[in-house]
Amino acid sequence: MQYKVLSKMEKERDYIKDITEIRTMMERSSKFLSLSGWAGILAGIYALVGAYIAHAFLRFRPQEIGYSADGIDSSDLLNVCILATGVLVLSIGTAIYLSYRRAIKREEPLWNATSRRLVANVSVPLATGGILALVFISKGLIGLLAPLTLVFYGLALYSAGSITYREVRALGMIQITLGLTGFFLVEYGLLFWAAGFGLMHIVYGLYIHLKYER
Amino acid sequence: MFADGLHKAFESRIRLGIMSVLAVNHSLDFNALKEYLGVTDGNLASHLKALEKEGFIGMEKSFIGRKPNTKYFITKTGKTTFNKHLTALEKLIQSQK
Repeated sequence: MQYKVLSKMEKERDYIKDITEIRTMMERSSKFLSLSGWAGILAGIYALVGAYIAHAFLRFRPQEIGYSADGIDSSDLLNVCILATGVLVLSIGTAIYLSYRRAIKREEPLWNATSRRLVANVSVPLATGGILALVFISKGLIGLLAPLTLVFYGLALYSAGSITYREVRALGMIQITLGLTGFFLVEYGLLFWAAGFGLMHIVYGLYIHLKYER
Repeated sequence: MFADGLHKAFESRIRLGIMSVLAVNHSLDFNALKEYLGVTDGNLASHLKALEKEGFIGMEKSFIGRKPNTKYFITKTGKTTFNKHLTALEKLIQSQK
């Protein structure tokens, strides 16, 4: 009698393990969940510092679409480009490092078919936006750079949202909206850029950290 | 097949894993499956063969450059049988609570 009860309990535990395995495998193979909220928070801080330096020290204050005589000179513009690239590299580096640490914690490889799909999805809008930004620089359309990068980054996040946390999709929509508004109000372009890349990253990073990482 | 919808082929947890992964992906190649399941080549190959024999998964051979590439996908029968198995599992757990 006792034996029978025991074996029944063991069997039940097996079924629960089966269901857990199914859930884990479905999630692991369709969602990239090693993304860290801290990556967002830190990227936001880098962006805010970068935007401040660009505005205060490099006099990056485009008032209109084109390159006007009272605008920034070319050495300052070059420095802004170097600064922006620095912020980008630092943000991506932080994101990769923190994801790597979380992947180890979750006992799954960082570079698998899911993360490869994420990178592929994100790189199409990002590369398009990056190339377009270079074209704009060569044509002197400096005022459009901040809203342009916002819009294409937003598109990348929106498409990433189907592979990682759903909140990333909403963040993408916000970046796109900020970018489109920035196209209208070119003189506030950098402000919108700081709101999107800075503030919104911090807000969403904090949210993802509190919701999924504790 | 058991009367209550559980299928014997899914008693192995590796086969269960293969079916779960293929159920939510259009198709996957051998290496991707290996990464997700964390098993050896030989082990994975034998389980894949067993599932293919049952008609639950299909495969598509092609070449990437000169390297052969095999993609696996879940068949219609595979999907219905797997879903039945899932429902049966859930029922069993609930009835035993």
